[in-house]
Amino acid sequence: MNIFKQEFDMKKKSIIIWSISLMAFMIFYMAFFPTLTQDSASVDSVMNSFPEEMLQALGVREGLSLTSLKGFFSLTFTMMQLAIAIQSANYGFSILSEEERELTADFLMSKPVSRTKIYISKLLAALLSLLITSIFIGIATFIALRLFNAGENYEISSVIKLILTLPIFQLLFLTVAMFISLLFKKIQSVLSLSMGLAIGLYVVESVREIVDNNILGYVTPFYYFEPGTILLDGTYDLKFIFIAIGIIIVSIASSYLLYNKRDIHSL
Amino acid sequence: MNIIEIKNLTKLYGNSIGIENVNLEVKEGEIFGFIGPNGAGKSTTIRLLMSLIHPTSGEAKLFGKDAIEYGPEVRKDIGYLPSEIFYYDKMKVKDLLNYSASFYDKDCSKKIKELSDIMELDLNRRIEDLSYGNKKKVGIVQGLLHEPKLIILDEPTGGLDPLMQQKFFNIIRDENKKGATIFFSSHILSEVQELCNRVAIIKDGSIIEVQDIKTLRENNYKKISILGNNLNKDAFNLNGITKLVQDKDELKFFYKGDINAMIKTISSIEMRDINIEEPTLEEVFMHYYE
Repeated sequence: MNIFKQEFDMKKKSIIIWSISLMAFMIFYMAFFPTLTQDSASVDSVMNSFPEEMLQALGVREGLSLTSLKGFFSLTFTMMQLAIAIQSANYGFSILSEEERELTADFLMSKPVSRTKIYISKLLAALLSLLITSIFIGIATFIALRLFNAGENYEISSVIKLILTLPIFQLLFLTVAMFISLLFKKIQSVLSLSMGLAIGLYVVESVREIVDNNILGYVTPFYYFEPGTILLDGTYDLKFIFIAIGIIIVSIASSYLLYNKRDIHSL
Repeated sequence: MNIIEIKNLTKLYGNSIGIENVNLEVKEGEIFGFIGPNGAGKSTTIRLLMSLIHPTSGEAKLFGKDAIEYGPEVRKDIGYLPSEIFYYDKMKVKDLLNYSASFYDKDCSKKIKELSDIMELDLNRRIEDLSYGNKKKVGIVQGLLHEPKLIILDEPTGGLDPLMQQKFFNIIRDENKKGATIFFSSHILSEVQELCNRVAIIKDGSIIEVQDIKTLRENNYKKISILGNNLNKDAFNLNGITKLVQDKDELKFFYKGDINAMIKTISSIEMRDINIEEPTLEEVFMHYYE
């Protein structure tokens, strides 16, 4: 419990900063929507003048015009997912590697605790941090939709479903990043790695939309939890939920094995 | 009873050798010195004992139990001070010490107070604001606050001024009197001589010798260099002089023997300057090979 508490304490500031900025992002972005709808015809014509590929790359799809609430909201939420992916990957890359980089591992591991306990405590502390961020995003989502719906209806149940995908999405990036971090002897730049992983997979999703190749989608979590699909259909694609959970379990188990065997080097 | 028992312990880093076939026994109540030049494998051995790294082959037992398998259990009774001290920068000294204490099932507040008073450590400062020597003090307190039965010190004196070093040695002696076993690594011969009962000498990953400290004292070489004009190498024909070299107006040699005889010889010649010092560890080792 003491390690969990210490880990969570160290994350507190980061949780506050991420939660506030993501809430602000959601609300400010959605605040543009009412203005957009006032002149929807001209916005649509501007959008139509763009090449289709470019719109696809942006995640604007047929049946989800930017001037509809669902369309605009799903674009906003995709951006939000990108930011969440960066945060989750950031925690994943750092929690196990930071003690080695900052050389505090000698302190922690010479205490009478097993690596298993350290690993679980760190994982749970990161998970709690991400869940808290999710809750704030959920709150911001409902505030934004309520204030800036421009009179359009939306299904609360679909929105809740979308928000409920966040923890799986976060865990996916968290655990995969954790696993990757253990493949390296030393992680120097956590931020660039986390941006690389998140943006890289986001780009894969954009490419998938352009070439319209769904097989490519298996590689990227942005496809598993595409906001547009969930909002339009009101259901999940269970197949992808299972794949995601499968990857999470494999990542957690293999990181655990690697962490237990790991040599902690001094300077 | 052997507190530390190392059998055929080997650690390879890829193709390079960390340590090779190390065998070592440390008995209860000893102050055991572990001495060798930098890179000889001292830290590797200690990190294996703390199961920070895993052995390639062989085993290490602490209190009769395997150091890896029973790691969390045996570490309850171990206090460890790493050679390089790094702590969570943002924490205050007292928060770090309390965090450290939270790993043990006992109240350590009295011991924290006692140790930090002796070491003159300010508990309210942030770790990141501390000097190297002060961080070392934090390390000493966090390693001893749970009154461990085995204290493992990896080059502990670096960064401490001589006064603090003495205080620290006194603490170690006190803990030893109360029953703690001490395992002390160093590359400075004199501090090992001052504190330890027995000493193991490690070089290039292998133990060369395990000796009583008395024996080591008898091998008390002095390194002497004399500066002067018209020095005559032949004046130094005493027994116990080795490696005598003359370089223009400088004479250098090692001496082991009656110091009075040496002083007499030196006083008979005209010189500009003289320097008598302890040989470095490497130089002592050179003698081991001869």
